[in-house]
Amino acid sequence: MNRPIQPTYTLDKVGEENFALNLGPQHPGTHGVLRVILHMDGEYILKADPVLGYGHRMQEKIAENMTYPQTLPYVSRMDYLGALSYNLAWVLAVEKLCQFEVPERAEVIRVIATELNRISSHLLWWGAFLLDLGGFTPFLQALTDRERILDILEEITGSRLTYCYFRFGGLPSDVDEEWLTRVLDFIKEFRTRLPRYHDLVTGNVIFHHRSKDVGVILPFDAAGYGLSGPILRGSGIDFDVRKHEPYSGYDRYDFEVPVDQNGDCLGRYNVRMAEIEQSLRIIEQAIGSIPEGPVRSKVPKLIKAPEGEVAVAVETPRGQLVIYIVSEGGKKPYRVKYRVPSFANLSIFAKMARGQLLADALAILGSLDMVIPEVDR
Amino acid sequence: MNISLLSVFGYLVGIAALVGLNAVILVWLERKVAGHMQFRLGPMEVGPHGILQTLADGIKLVSKQLVIPDEADKPLFLLAPIVSLVPIFAAMVPLPFSETVQAWELNIGLLLIIALGLLNTLGILLAGWGSNNKYALLGGARAVAQILAYKIPLLICVMTIIMMTGSFSLRDIAIAQKDTWNVLYQPILFIVYIITVTLETNRSPFDFSEAESELVAGFHTEYSGMGFSLFFLAEYSYMFIAAGLATVLFLGGWHGPWLPGVAWTLIKIYSIIFLMMWFRWTFPRVRIDQMLSFGWKILLPLSLINFIITAGVLAL
Repeated sequence: MNRPIQPTYTLDKVGEENFALNLGPQHPGTHGVLRVILHMDGEYILKADPVLGYGHRMQEKIAENMTYPQTLPYVSRMDYLGALSYNLAWVLAVEKLCQFEVPERAEVIRVIATELNRISSHLLWWGAFLLDLGGFTPFLQALTDRERILDILEEITGSRLTYCYFRFGGLPSDVDEEWLTRVLDFIKEFRTRLPRYHDLVTGNVIFHHRSKDVGVILPFDAAGYGLSGPILRGSGIDFDVRKHEPYSGYDRYDFEVPVDQNGDCLGRYNVRMAEIEQSLRIIEQAIGSIPEGPVRSKVPKLIKAPEGEVAVAVETPRGQLVIYIVSEGGKKPYRVKYRVPSFANLSIFAKMARGQLLADALAILGSLDMVIPEVDR
Repeated sequence: MNISLLSVFGYLVGIAALVGLNAVILVWLERKVAGHMQFRLGPMEVGPHGILQTLADGIKLVSKQLVIPDEADKPLFLLAPIVSLVPIFAAMVPLPFSETVQAWELNIGLLLIIALGLLNTLGILLAGWGSNNKYALLGGARAVAQILAYKIPLLICVMTIIMMTGSFSLRDIAIAQKDTWNVLYQPILFIVYIITVTLETNRSPFDFSEAESELVAGFHTEYSGMGFSLFFLAEYSYMFIAAGLATVLFLGGWHGPWLPGVAWTLIKIYSIIFLMMWFRWTFPRVRIDQMLSFGWKILLPLSLINFIITAGVLAL
């Protein structure tokens, strides 16, 4: 019999007001099946033990037993909010392994779709973070705009959440002018709606009190724990895979990497809000410079990878995703390793939660932008 | 005092109807206000503009099983919603709706309402303790922890008004504002009052004892069916009483042009309730320690200074 391993509840320090609080797996503040055992002293947290694996699906092992195209729609199940980034990473890895060419038009459309996906992910995070802080209205505001992105992406990908749009060597279908103008219309309208977000939340005094100087991550810790994405940049370290190890032609676009020196929840908030604007800029430039031509190069029907190993890094909405494939030749990979951002980002939570109030711990967890299936894989 | 049994019965029925009707309207209003603030419509299905939605929900809640957790302290668990709700019936008694419409003119009506308002916290604490759930307990403990931080500024607010009028009777206080409403003399006090009352009724941004994202559902985590709805009934009734008190203390009670007194009272009460809903659907939640220091360091000095200045002006 395989029994799940039960973590112990032994408290480090037993006092009259000490108790263990089981936060999750079903808790509105954990956004998924994350379970954290909190050792509490009244409202203060003495120690936090994250318990992972409720959604473990053996993604890596499954990838070893499936062909490269079969794994393609499955990778996006890890980070369902940034599905296109995963889609892109897998496609890029296999293309690098098999040395497939990608037409330029396909690359540009990939960037447009991925950045739209990034905005929708950040919007959902914005709403969910405010939900963690007890504000309900922002969530629905964000979802109203996110809905429009989903509509736009649905038109080209056919699905609304776990997209599978990219193919080895390009795209399954081209986009038309109408779709591109639709994206531009969205950007134009969204730019008028973004200031409302700031009016409602960013300038709010309660929000500032809840997020400023809460959950500070020092740059030293941020690098040491292997954090990435907006959390790393919120701690003052300027690193973005799109900028520093460009892929899919990101080096062609003029965009900034927002960095905040404070390292607190507000810093991470500011970074993500600025990233939304940068993503809009990238999409505008991409649509402005989209070349004509085919969207798919010639790729053999049966994909047989040569022997070798390959690693590809992609900036997902949550941070740096690395897909590492070892191939011994043939239709299936020998070994696949996903280095997922959420897993590394969660690792610092135990350190940050120590000594905090329960309310602050949930604000910190919210600011880390967890996607639990990505952590569990 | 000449109170016949019949009139007592009449008052009770009237107040029960008021409590029930008020909750039905407020739950619907809250969902509508929330909906429109979030670019949606809110309930639309049951009745025109979903006006009967609360009734349908009420029937569902009544017909549901009241689940009592195994480990719960059963008597306390069952007592808590009742402790929370019953004081409402007494607290509504001295509330004047117009010069003539008042259940019972009581010369210490104001004190009665303030005192009975505290019993709600007892209900929350009982629910938190009786549920034998850590989240519920935390919610109950939070409710108790915040009492002093808001009750003292609230009492000083009320004291200032009493000092200005020279009476504990709500009717006298309203009559004294025939020409000028107190809010014009005491705008700061009015703001302090609204904040403390939002705290007292456990409304967002001060809904610590519920705090959905932190404590799941706080003190009523383990309640279902009727127990849950009694808490809601109590919350909305306390909102009504708090707004009613604000109307009498600051907004001149039933005084107003053209419309009859009762209409003016209700308009003012529901305007204040709308304001409280507006808070709830706009602000994120304050952290409990920040709220405590806000209560002690800002609300208390503010109301005290106001009290002293008012006393000085009155003495002159």
